[in-house]
Amino acid sequence: MARGPSLRAGVGADGDLLSAEGDWTGAHAADLDRLAHAAPAHVRKLTISLEGVGRLDTFGVWALERLRRQVVEAGAEAQLAIPQDARADLFAGVDKALARPSGPSVPRDRWGTFLHQTGRRAEAFAVDFAAFLDLTGRLTFCFAQGLRHPARLRLRSAVHHLDRTGLRAVPIIALMCFLIGCILAQQGFFHFQRFGATDYVVDLVTILVLREIGVLLVTIMVAGRSGSAYTAEIGSMKMREEIDALRTMGLDPVEYLILPRILALIVAAPLLTVIGNAAALYGAGVVAWIYGDMSPAVYIERLHEAASHIDLEVGLIKAPVMAFVIGAVAALEGMKVQGSAESLGLGATASVVRSIFFVIVLDGIFAVLFAAVGM
Amino acid sequence: MEADEVITVSDLRVTLAGHEVVRGLSFNVRRGEIVGLVGASGSGKTVLLRTMLGLLPKTSGTVEIMGVRLEQATPAESRRIGGRCGMMFQQGALFSSLTLRENVEFPMREYLDGSDAMYGDVALAKLAMVGLGVEDADKLPSEISGGMTKRVAIARALALDPDILFLDEPTSGLDPIAAGEIDRLIRTLQRVLNLTVFMVTHDLNSLKSVCTRILALYDGRIIAQGPMQDILAFDHPWLRAYFRGERGRAAQLA
Repeated sequence: MARGPSLRAGVGADGDLLSAEGDWTGAHAADLDRLAHAAPAHVRKLTISLEGVGRLDTFGVWALERLRRQVVEAGAEAQLAIPQDARADLFAGVDKALARPSGPSVPRDRWGTFLHQTGRRAEAFAVDFAAFLDLTGRLTFCFAQGLRHPARLRLRSAVHHLDRTGLRAVPIIALMCFLIGCILAQQGFFHFQRFGATDYVVDLVTILVLREIGVLLVTIMVAGRSGSAYTAEIGSMKMREEIDALRTMGLDPVEYLILPRILALIVAAPLLTVIGNAAALYGAGVVAWIYGDMSPAVYIERLHEAASHIDLEVGLIKAPVMAFVIGAVAALEGMKVQGSAESLGLGATASVVRSIFFVIVLDGIFAVLFAAVGM
Repeated sequence: MEADEVITVSDLRVTLAGHEVVRGLSFNVRRGEIVGLVGASGSGKTVLLRTMLGLLPKTSGTVEIMGVRLEQATPAESRRIGGRCGMMFQQGALFSSLTLRENVEFPMREYLDGSDAMYGDVALAKLAMVGLGVEDADKLPSEISGGMTKRVAIARALALDPDILFLDEPTSGLDPIAAGEIDRLIRTLQRVLNLTVFMVTHDLNSLKSVCTRILALYDGRIIAQGPMQDILAFDHPWLRAYFRGERGRAAQLA
């Protein structure tokens, strides 16, 4: 019959005596917890006897050891009559754990913590920026060498990635841009109708799509689709020491893994932007015909008047730069991955969030630049 | 009083991907035994272990742990069994989002009704038993080496002072000193807690110094069982190669 743990006070041959009885096991954890803090007051010399103990496990030993320490801390003498059998080893193990300070207790200072973390973030940002510059330099160097020795450009690999990030992205990007074109045109007709300016809907859609929406949609899609894939690939290669294996063979991971991927992105982004632009304008034309009562012939004529090659160029100039930033951020996040699968997931998320952020920042910088040169 | 036989496996068959990996196994493990399961890579050791724990479906046969058939167990029964078995996975299977101490505390929090102080102290004691100090307790599993991962996994398997401990290659990948400490730890715990241990191992030293009985698995069947000397005396080409090879002889001399 299993009995719960208990303590019986008595007087021994040499001072006070506490007899532990019953099963001192984890199954009675709540009782053990209570007994561990039930040290008798006003004792000078205490012996804790274990003769009446049935089953004993680590939790029981913990409670007994805690009890003894409590008495000792109160300034009295206390000892455990540890049975001279295998159970003595358990006491030694628990004793060792309790003897150490239980965790570092650094005083918490909220303001200090805030400053500390802000500093850490700023430092991390500076380190990341330096890494970005470093990678840009390496890529430029590798590319320049590749121009002299085309075999080192790894074009076969670049074409493979171009297929993955470019060709296979065409359906989703065309569909998405088509829908956004439809929505823009519908909103334009709906609101411009009120002051009879529906003719200008075509101007609105054309300029928005060619200058901003087309390239932004495409690069955000590329960041989400290909940037995260790059981070995951490079990150898992880093995790499984494949990148270290390349290095020990004397090969440069930037040349082998990163440059072909980024080249593929730089080529794919403008091409996808052209496709996206066409799809969006097509969508706008469909809505103009069905919803805005504008015949396709009129729409195309208005399009010719509204669109200039400058608008198209503005969009297409931005695309490769944004693609480069997406690829570089993805590669850097991949290279930062440590041993665990968790850090791989974090890296992929950070890669997408950061590259979309930088795409939008770049878009703003480009808007200022183009305004300055009158484009 | 509980039955003396804590694990009973009878006529167990397991088929994986159309291939019969475990072909009619029967054995039992009595309380307090330390049973070592040996077999070549791919002979079905890990499959057997995972089937015994209910992680893989079996084709036929029965597995009883502490008198309960896992597939017929009520939720309450399977929870009780779960609290009294500890399993150490080959790769550790530590929860990556918890620190080492929290990993060891986890089963205690789920099964016991003690206090945080108790869990923390006992977790540290378990970590100390497997040779980890308090300075390591707040690290994450991603920050420690493979050998340390093994030890923490054993500490977590021992968290509740279980009745049965399942170990999947507890000493592989450890240096000889650490492996020896694990062996000693298993022996000590077996004596102290009257633990029953079922371990898959390739470590001839472990087999020799820790196991009270050895099961030799070959081609999905048990070809021999008994203490080390019986296994050594048994005449089977694979067993001879396994125990009488260069490494086997070296371990026996040690």
